[in-house]
Amino acid sequence: MTRTSTESVARDVAAPGLNPVGNPAANPVHNSAPSPRTRPRRVIIGFALALALLVLAIVASLVVGTREIALGTVLDALANPDRAKTDHTVILDLRVPRTVVGLLAGLALGLAGGLMQGVTRNPLADPGLLGVNAGASLFVVAGIAWFGVTSSLGYVWFAFIGAAVAATIVYLIGSLGREGATPVKLALAGTALTAAFTSLITIVLLADSETFDRYRFWAAGSLVARGLDAALPLAPFILVGAILAIVAARMLNALALGNDLARGLGQNLITARIVCAVAIVLLCGSATAMAGPIVFVGLAVPHVARWITGPDYRLIIAFSALFGPTLLVAADVLGRVIARPGEIEAGLVVAFLGAPVLIALVRRVKLAGL
Amino acid sequence: MRGTVQPGAHPGTMSGSTRGPATVADGPARVAASVLKADAALLAHARAQRSRRERRIVLGLLGALVIVGAFSLAVGAYSLSVPDLLRTLAGQGTQSENFIVLSLRLPRLTLAVLVGVAFAISGAVFQTVLRNPLASPDIIGVTGGASAAAVFGMLVLGFGAVATSLAAFAGAVIVACVIYLLAWRGGVVGYRFVLIGVGVAFMVQGLLGYLLSRAARNDAQGALLWLVGSVSGARWQDISVVAVVLLVLLPIIRLLSGRLRALQLGDDLARSLGVDAERTRLVLLVIAVALAATATAAVGPLAFVAFVAAPIARRAVGSGGLDLIPTALIGALITTVADFAAQHVLPGQLELPAGIITGAIGAPYLLWLLATSNKTGKGA
Repeated sequence: MTRTSTESVARDVAAPGLNPVGNPAANPVHNSAPSPRTRPRRVIIGFALALALLVLAIVASLVVGTREIALGTVLDALANPDRAKTDHTVILDLRVPRTVVGLLAGLALGLAGGLMQGVTRNPLADPGLLGVNAGASLFVVAGIAWFGVTSSLGYVWFAFIGAAVAATIVYLIGSLGREGATPVKLALAGTALTAAFTSLITIVLLADSETFDRYRFWAAGSLVARGLDAALPLAPFILVGAILAIVAARMLNALALGNDLARGLGQNLITARIVCAVAIVLLCGSATAMAGPIVFVGLAVPHVARWITGPDYRLIIAFSALFGPTLLVAADVLGRVIARPGEIEAGLVVAFLGAPVLIALVRRVKLAGL
Repeated sequence: MRGTVQPGAHPGTMSGSTRGPATVADGPARVAASVLKADAALLAHARAQRSRRERRIVLGLLGALVIVGAFSLAVGAYSLSVPDLLRTLAGQGTQSENFIVLSLRLPRLTLAVLVGVAFAISGAVFQTVLRNPLASPDIIGVTGGASAAAVFGMLVLGFGAVATSLAAFAGAVIVACVIYLLAWRGGVVGYRFVLIGVGVAFMVQGLLGYLLSRAARNDAQGALLWLVGSVSGARWQDISVVAVVLLVLLPIIRLLSGRLRALQLGDDLARSLGVDAERTRLVLLVIAVALAATATAAVGPLAFVAFVAAPIARRAVGSGGLDLIPTALIGALITTVADFAAQHVLPGQLELPAGIITGAIGAPYLLWLLATSNKTGKGA
């Protein structure tokens, strides 16, 4: 099985439209990438800006809300928590948890998106778009409905299995074809996979109104549905996934040169793919278990990162780790602002921010591979 | 995928055999004439064989449809024998037989057949025009648009059945227009339409999740039921709407099928054959959207009927082209069997919506189709 997939991917190298990333001139999507000489400065400035944006998003997430709380009170609540004050309770019990969930899930999804784009060498790879999150959802729903799982540490394992199943299917589909994994094929396969999983989820839910009632809040992609108690146990999984992502980044640089060249550089392709796959499953599974099936974070974030850093995956992964949390937390804040006094779930906001990114990518003259 | 001829195989084989073993010594005109004659004979033979095969398959499908139809009319809490059923259909039944067969079971069966045909043809046209076996209206967001609009009508505006149907129709049309306009860049290329459809599908899915999470529990449950799709409670008004739409649109598709075949060869070849590719594509997509929208408005988004009917027909008939009649029959067969199973799979009087059956069977079939059909690289 591994043999066939490696072979068919090997054919990709010759396929048109799949340029190695190292050659920006031949790669219309990234012809705005900086030239090597200006890169270090651009990267340093970009990194500082990204960090500032992340801090800004966190502060906004703590300050903005239905209840108006001054920044001083927020800092006071964090420094000397006093449960007797309502403002402090709001900060500690509502805003801090949702910010932490947003940071963790955003980190996981951003990293997973970067890894997926690298390992499939496909500009449209995203945990949501390729159906991995839907796979995790289906198994979580099955776990809740049939196995009576209630704790997040219980169903994260279902999420991992589901993510692994979906990732395997989508990867096999993508790599089986004659011309390998074209962006269209992978994206459509992922969407079809999502449709199939959604249909199976609906079947489970229709028979079980109790599960449906819990599912519908979780599936909207809310950062508040679970709370900190459910999210923190999953943090170690995301940490392991993030470490694996850093390890994998160097391998992705070799993979981007094409299989033959990568092998020539002494890269073990199978090891690289396995490390990436494990990281993707850990990251997508925990993010989905934490915040529901969120799409497009993993799509948009690596593209913005690549625009700043150029094709080096070590930098892309590092920037994705900053942009992912920023995007998800900012989307959550935006959802609170635009629907005052109510709020819109972060997952929906991200879907409406991310779909235009996809459409813009698609509308480019030619969709080059990575 | 074995036995499936790639689109455009006919001209290919023709030109291939034209380069037969003609020697220079023969007069060029005579060689050409004899080769053409041999070719024509070969082609005629192949065509006759294919049409015989197609006729056999159509007859088989019709037979199956009649049997399933008879079962759905006769079997139930009150079962009839075949002579009784025939007598009732001829208008000679007792009062209770008339009520059960003619007022309850016949409308349901008719609606199932009609929406099956509509979904199947819509999916087939989408897949052919966009030149991608995965690009059916239920995957790229058109049916999703209908669902979101209908659920919005139901949950937020408190629509009744008729208004919900209208909302569903409007939703499908609006989403299709949005996809088409966004995909337009001096022309619409299949892959761009498909990918933008994918983006829109996810957006619509997000909206649907939001609407469901905002509603009261019972309302949300009702919306979920609609989202599964069911032909129970069929009314003759709905049936006549679907029937009229089919009667108007199917002949148009039949008329355009030659151009559709040209379109399958790619835009350049189609243009050299005198077909305005862009306009033909637009007209065909409009028809396909109208079919999907009408069917969804009548019964809800029956999962995967649009997606699987054409691939099954292609496998059965074994041609690369669009086989309208087998596709339509397979669509009708899928919905009728699904509805029959939905009524009888659970013991007692419990009844499932038909969409559960199509979803439960369609989803794994879709996965299998994804895994196998891409071996030939046609998924792109």
